[in-house]
Amino acid sequence: GKNDYDLLVIGGGSGGLACAKEAAQFGRKVAVLDYVEPSPQGTKWGLGGTCVNVGCIPKKLMHQAALLGSALKDAQHYGWNIAQPVHHTWSVMAQAVQNYVKSLNWGHRVQLQDKKVKYFNMKGSFSDPHTIRGLTKAGKETIITAENIVIATGGRPKYPTHIAGALKYGITSDDLFWLKESPGKTLTPFVFNVSLECAGFLTGIGLDTTVMMRSIPLRGFDQQMASLVTEHMESYGTKFLKLCFPTKVEKLESSRLQVTWKNTELGTEESDSFDTVMWAVGRAPETETLNLERAGVKTNPETGKIIVDASEATSVPHIYAVGDITEGRPELTPTAVAAGKLLAQRLFGQASELMDYENVPTTVFTPLEYGCVGLSEEMAVQCYGADNIEVYHAYYKPLEFTVAERDATQCYMKMVCLREREQRILGLHFIGPNAGEVIQGFALGIKCGATYPQLMKTVGIHPTCAEEITKLHITKRSGLDATVTGC
Amino acid sequence: SVQAHKEDTPQKLLEMNGHTPEPHSYDYDLIVIGGGSGGLAAAKEAAKYEKKVMVLDFVTPTPLGNSWGLGGTCVNVGCIPKKLMHQAALLGQALQDSRKFGWQFTEEVKHSWMTMTESVQNYIGSLNWGYRVALREKKVTYENAYGEFVGPHTVKATNKRGVEKLYTAERFLIATGERPRYLDIPGDKEYCISSDDLFSLPYCPGKTLVVGASYVALECAGFLAGLGLDVTVMVRSILLRGFDQDIANKIGEYMEEHGISFIREFVPIKVEQIEEGTPGRLKVIAKSTKGNEIIEGEYNTVLLAIGRDACTRKIGLDKVGVKINEKTGKIPVNDEEQTNVPYIYAVGDILQDKLELTPVAIQAGRLLVQRLYAGATTKCDYVNVPTTVFTPLEYGACGYSEESAVEKFGEENIEVYHSHFWPLEWTVPSRDNNKCYAKIICNIQDNERVIGFHVLGPNAGEVTQGFAAAIKCGMTKEQLDSTIGIHPVCAEV
Repeated sequence: GKNDYDLLVIGGGSGGLACAKEAAQFGRKVAVLDYVEPSPQGTKWGLGGTCVNVGCIPKKLMHQAALLGSALKDAQHYGWNIAQPVHHTWSVMAQAVQNYVKSLNWGHRVQLQDKKVKYFNMKGSFSDPHTIRGLTKAGKETIITAENIVIATGGRPKYPTHIAGALKYGITSDDLFWLKESPGKTLTPFVFNVSLECAGFLTGIGLDTTVMMRSIPLRGFDQQMASLVTEHMESYGTKFLKLCFPTKVEKLESSRLQVTWKNTELGTEESDSFDTVMWAVGRAPETETLNLERAGVKTNPETGKIIVDASEATSVPHIYAVGDITEGRPELTPTAVAAGKLLAQRLFGQASELMDYENVPTTVFTPLEYGCVGLSEEMAVQCYGADNIEVYHAYYKPLEFTVAERDATQCYMKMVCLREREQRILGLHFIGPNAGEVIQGFALGIKCGATYPQLMKTVGIHPTCAEEITKLHITKRSGLDATVTGC
Repeated sequence: SVQAHKEDTPQKLLEMNGHTPEPHSYDYDLIVIGGGSGGLAAAKEAAKYEKKVMVLDFVTPTPLGNSWGLGGTCVNVGCIPKKLMHQAALLGQALQDSRKFGWQFTEEVKHSWMTMTESVQNYIGSLNWGYRVALREKKVTYENAYGEFVGPHTVKATNKRGVEKLYTAERFLIATGERPRYLDIPGDKEYCISSDDLFSLPYCPGKTLVVGASYVALECAGFLAGLGLDVTVMVRSILLRGFDQDIANKIGEYMEEHGISFIREFVPIKVEQIEEGTPGRLKVIAKSTKGNEIIEGEYNTVLLAIGRDACTRKIGLDKVGVKINEKTGKIPVNDEEQTNVPYIYAVGDILQDKLELTPVAIQAGRLLVQRLYAGATTKCDYVNVPTTVFTPLEYGACGYSEESAVEKFGEENIEVYHSHFWPLEWTVPSRDNNKCYAKIICNIQDNERVIGFHVLGPNAGEVTQGFAAAIKCGMTKEQLDSTIGIHPVCAEV
């Protein structure tokens, strides 16, 4: 018989909603299933996915709260008389952030309604390639059939279940943003950008925060930049336990948590007590409960992620996947949104444009932000050989730091170019305030195939931090001092 | 160098050396008149190629007696102190926001003008010092003296104490920049201040009237209001002439909504002193541009920001035959920054039909020197130069304004894409929904190439810089669409 819907999207996050709304524009019958399985600590949230509820949005807002703390200190130097000491109240911030997120949940529901997309607050799983079984919280079942299905269920934080007490006593980013009370003295073991960002803003609002790392920070990112970021965090006040990994978590009578860890450098075992332990050991794709085998959709056995081709199609022709759940794609909101939109345009709008995953810019919102696009230096060396690339770099001082007497030691940028005549830019890396704003436009330039000479022809805007990029001229190869001096 | 006493005339000197002195008998390869952004960049670059360079820099005191050190407008009374005071104002706003983000401190927060100005001046002092050291290290001769041409290849340098010296050079670079214009009404020079005085004012300006609608006027009015002062802007006709008017009006609206009063279509005709003081009290009488209406107002400070005039009238250009635009005072140059006199060049704000921006002056100065002494051929590219106006709501732009695009290409051949946006950081403190704005203007006939970029919002300068680079690479709308945004930032819009 006829399918209920032209398109059924499982997962109402960044990718899923973008795809659904775009498809509805073409007059198609579209439905979205969204369901949030509560975290082990019991946290749950509304429509919108990770980004809106427990990712980018609350993270950036809390990062902003921390930045405002720095601004309060700077302000004194600029003539503002603020009586010391200054306090931060977690609950005021958390309430404000949570209220805003809830307004976004509401906004998404209204949008779906406006665009006539049917929304089911249900957990979906495959019965067969065209049939989805939706289950409400109360256990009520609905069967839905669709011509095309898009899986966009995203991921959830992993727990290191091999560590005693990890699951029982620890929280993850799923819980952090919804805490009603301050997390207090916090430990974040392992160093993905999420944990660094969270540790950063927790420090910024005045909490005693420790990051524990077994090996390198920000795996996959340019390592020189990663160490500058963590160096800054150390001078900012975040504690680092390097070359350590936790072995167990126990609850004390005081209801604090006792964490024991192994120091691989000294070969010793240490412990300390914390109010909160926030795990950030990576995210696992939400595919287990989908019953993918019923539909015949293949996943990568190692990662659990869904394998897709360049058109976002899975091993089953009419079943697609976008976002964090797909194998080999960046785990970023804007790529999921773009992929979702383009997919809808190809399915229903007679478009043929495929998603371009090359040169996707991103930013890590640590206290001193790090924005980048393109290849890391190590990757460029690996792809082209050290002799065939040129790295231009500079240490600079944002003008606003001068009067504020702020340390700019880690304010740094570098551009990785091909050495051959044209000098095409392979990668751009920037650490400093507003790194995201700085990098965005340059990412565009790189998409246009920008070369080093073209960038040098671009006149700078004065006074900004971004203009320093157009002035890069000291190479690493030269060995000269890369500190920028005056106008 | 050739020293001459006051009695000696340039004529005698030339007779001594002969009418056309041999190249090897010049004192210097290059004399730069004006130690600002353009002049210093050129001087330092020339020294790299082992040329004998001299910089003459002198600041004629303002009518109120104010003066400053080496570095020119940008460093002393322009971009640098402006951006720092703008930052002070932004921090005031940040203080308010921070309460919504959970920060708690006393309700009453006051701003101390003296603390801010002292910090700013200290920083500028360090820059002046830095430049002197840099010139010394690069072996560029620097004299704090007023330079003017007295004959072919010859300048007279007069220092503060009136001591005169003569110097000759193979080539000259004029980079004397500009100074604020006065209204030419009773009381203007005696009682009004300009941007030349504002940044080092030794007392809080208090209730201020800003006369003018240039970016200088709006930026100053903006940060003064942000610091808590009562500010009024008196505008003769339109805001930000030469900029995209749609955006200019949005900027004006935003400022009005944030407590700045605007008096439109009036010009001051007289300024009187009611009471002396720091600040004193001034009475301003203004006349309507549209009729005979006269209004009066009382202010502590009147800041004139009605434009700037090139410093070209009193540097002896007539003695060497350098042509200037008699009306504007600006110097026309060819695309190699050469004046009508082959061995005399000019860069920076004094150039006719060129942008008055620090980075442009620096770029032009450097490239000129590279062409003169390093065999380079690259000319300064004045097209698609990005700029930013640091008003309370910042405005970054690159390329055509909407009106100039329509004029050049015709309305049917351009497409304007636009969007309002709400920076994430403004949501929690419930600030100004739907005020920030971005638009791009595309040329339909040229593959929808982006020919104009405009953004109104926080950190507009940081946002615009990269897009300017992309425009230089010829970016099209399609390329813009296919570039992934960084989330969540304003620039992704």
